[in-house]
Amino acid sequence: MTKFGFYFCTISVIFLSGCSQNASIPFSTNVMPNGSSAKFEGDVSDPGSIAFFKNNVGDRVLFSIDQSDIDQSGKDILLAQVDWLQVNSDYKIIIEGHADERGTREYNLALGARRANSAREFLVSRGIESSRIQTVSFGKERPVELCSKENCYSENRRAVSVVSNLNF
Amino acid sequence: MIQLTNANWNNQAENEELVLKPFLVIIFISLTTFVQSAPLRIVITEGVIEPLPYAAPEFIGETGASNELAIKITELVKSDILGTGLFREVPKSSYISGINNFSSPIQYSDWKAINVQALLTGSVLVTGEKLSVKFRLFDVFSNNELGKGLQFNSTKQGWRRIAHKVADEVYSRITGEQGYFDSRIVYVAETGKKGSRKKRLAIMDFDGANSKYLTDGSYMVLAPRFSPTGERVLYTSYETGTPQIYVIEVSTGKRTVLKNRKGTMSFAPRFSPDGQSVVYSLEQGGNTDIYVINLRNNSRARLTSAPSIETAPSFSPDGSKIIFESDRSGTQQLYVMSSLGGSAKRISSGGGRYGTPVWSPRGDRIAFTKQSRGRFHIGVMRVDGSKERLLTASFLDEGPTWSPNGRVIMFTRETQGESGVSALYSVDVSGRNLKKVTTRDGGSDPSWSPLGK
Repeated sequence: MTKFGFYFCTISVIFLSGCSQNASIPFSTNVMPNGSSAKFEGDVSDPGSIAFFKNNVGDRVLFSIDQSDIDQSGKDILLAQVDWLQVNSDYKIIIEGHADERGTREYNLALGARRANSAREFLVSRGIESSRIQTVSFGKERPVELCSKENCYSENRRAVSVVSNLNF
Repeated sequence: MIQLTNANWNNQAENEELVLKPFLVIIFISLTTFVQSAPLRIVITEGVIEPLPYAAPEFIGETGASNELAIKITELVKSDILGTGLFREVPKSSYISGINNFSSPIQYSDWKAINVQALLTGSVLVTGEKLSVKFRLFDVFSNNELGKGLQFNSTKQGWRRIAHKVADEVYSRITGEQGYFDSRIVYVAETGKKGSRKKRLAIMDFDGANSKYLTDGSYMVLAPRFSPTGERVLYTSYETGTPQIYVIEVSTGKRTVLKNRKGTMSFAPRFSPDGQSVVYSLEQGGNTDIYVINLRNNSRARLTSAPSIETAPSFSPDGSKIIFESDRSGTQQLYVMSSLGGSAKRISSGGGRYGTPVWSPRGDRIAFTKQSRGRFHIGVMRVDGSKERLLTASFLDEGPTWSPNGRVIMFTRETQGESGVSALYSVDVSGRNLKKVTTRDGGSDPSWSPLGK
């Protein structure tokens, strides 16, 4: 099993109790908003908690249609992430890239990867060690907003930084 | 217009081929003279086709124990034949004479009088677990049998395949083309809400029967693809957290991963026509290109090298070329290159975006997904990009797969909104006969197997 795989396996120990070498556990516990994982994220009042990162720092940047470049508001969020990651140097990060549903499946996977990588490159350019960052794309498979309108699509075109203090 | 060229069918050769196949034994039934110049024929063209009137009286159950399967088999054969949209059934209520004995001579005039052009008769014999089905096809207006009577032997459990094989023979004798009924679909079965959809690898007969899951749904899978012989399936899985390509043997469920280098993502695999190689997309550092891996020695080669997205590769049937999509021009378009890589030629030229190209089994067409003015279409074009035709239009159609004979395209259609669901649809390459495919759950990413052996 790769180190990457082990990481998720370890996560699942916390959430689900029990983990075998072939654990068939859903990849990412953060994909479901308001999921049951929230209570393991610490207290939002603790600046070193995952909850604080998600709620106060901001865990996601949004993208324009078909684009993977990061706009000013995205940069502001990523800069805040840089500050937080520098203070909380035990944390690692997986950046999940996503696309809206208005595209073909394979292309959207590739587009989500581009977005995740844009965020990664920005963080690295501001001094976060690349060994602390992994990326993955879910393409259009995991929307957070479900309507078929631009106000939902704009929330789905995202790169989400999922932090964890566990090793990859 | 697609004009059929191989109009002179040679049923004898086909029958001999079937005899060699392990699952079924074919026996020629001694019968009337076989007339080579049979006029009964549907030539499949792009134009409007007047469905051919046919009758298929219930197959004769040769024993009491055979009656139940005789009814089921007749219904399934008819369902296959009618499902093509090329035939019209003359109802039983208009029959002048019935078929009470499979061996009795046909009263052609009785069938002509009700304008039946093709008459299918059959008989079914169940002996213990064994099943034997005979059929004959008649060209009513020329007073002749069309081809020779055939007998298929199998077990009772194999009745659906036998029925599909009878229907394939009927289709083949009347259109001059191979059928597609004895075939399977591998696809992604979808359950659950849109934001947290469970996606499982599933396989079923082309008509939705005998559906079974190949993965348990604890991780997401995407876009399965049959091997050229239908024994293996490629798919992309999130099992380890990052997309990787797997090969699964359909009969045993044995799986092999085509392992990624760390920090990369691989997806969009398809077999080469010889089944020895897999062409796929690999993403590294945000850039997606096309690679090929030889499954025998695991050697890999990079086929494209550009900062743009290159994905959805598909081999030509002769293995010499690969068609793929790329956004190197700014939007997704279709390109053809040698299967060894090198320079690529853009073939799509209409307005809009083009993705998920798939080479037709005959090698003369490309099926694709097109996005234009907020709508998604399944379309076909010639290999040089000419003669583009859109077959469908909806909120979201994507991911075409060809029937083994290249006459039908199956694809994914997703409806919009929070309650949007995904389903499989099929449409003739002529654009006619659009219909939903029966699946147990929601479905996406179909891949059509070759015709059964």
